[in-house]
Amino acid sequence: MKLQQSTLLGLYAVLELARTEGGQLSAAEIANKFDVSINHLAKVLRTLVKANQLQAVRGVGGGYRYCGNAKRTTLMAIIELFEPVSLEGFEDRDVAHATDVEAGLALALTEISEMMQATLRSITIRTTLKIIHAWEKQES
Amino acid sequence: MSNQTIMEIAPDIHIRKATKSDLPAIMAFDERSNKEANPNYWQEMFARYGDDLNTQLFLVCESGADIVGFIIGEVRDWEFGSPPCGWVFALGVRPDIRLTGVASRMYATLCGFFKQAGADRVRTMVARQNNDFHSFFRSQGMMAGPYVQLEKEL
Repeated sequence: MKLQQSTLLGLYAVLELARTEGGQLSAAEIANKFDVSINHLAKVLRTLVKANQLQAVRGVGGGYRYCGNAKRTTLMAIIELFEPVSLEGFEDRDVAHATDVEAGLALALTEISEMMQATLRSITIRTTLKIIHAWEKQES
Repeated sequence: MSNQTIMEIAPDIHIRKATKSDLPAIMAFDERSNKEANPNYWQEMFARYGDDLNTQLFLVCESGADIVGFIIGEVRDWEFGSPPCGWVFALGVRPDIRLTGVASRMYATLCGFFKQAGADRVRTMVARQNNDFHSFFRSQGMMAGPYVQLEKEL
């Protein structure tokens, strides 16, 4: 599974803003931190605002604030705002009309796909922040 | 964000070892959660894990006069070559007080017991589709381990 750039940016923005615990950041600050184009990021931020994950703060010193439920929102929920979660190419196959080889392989790939989806559905934004915090602690 | 914060939200609760008289209350809310009564399972669980042994623990959580949660675990030695480790294999919290830190407190108590019993690792197994349990254990810092669970229809 390879996440699209927009999806990754969506995850980065949500996590970066959620870790400020009520604080806000401008699009430029986020773009700068992750070294991405502000135009590309702006589109991603609009999607997140529309999905009630971020709140846009207008005016001088405005920016974005996290307003989702970090304890209930999973990585899967954010990813699905940008792209369907599947093993690339596999879900497009019509297994009922596949050859025996394709059908056998499909069983193995289904297992991988289900594991991946269950994992993404089980990790919340809050849990990811804990992992980031633990990593920071280990690094220092 | 820290475990401390979670614990502050938890109602006034008390965690202790289960006794036989706790079983009706545990069965009642387990039945509400699973939509199915399973008295034989609980009688057997208590018979196996209610004993005062130093490798297994059956805890209940009380809030006032009510039983609001339970957790069961044991230390397993050298299973498939793995050094002794704690296993959590049953956990339940009354639905109306979930997300208040009750499960976190019971889990922490059980992990303390595992540590004292010589284990330096804790494991569990959750159904792939059970998001609540899966998310709970993830929130406690648990991640995929080096073993994969496999099965086959017989």
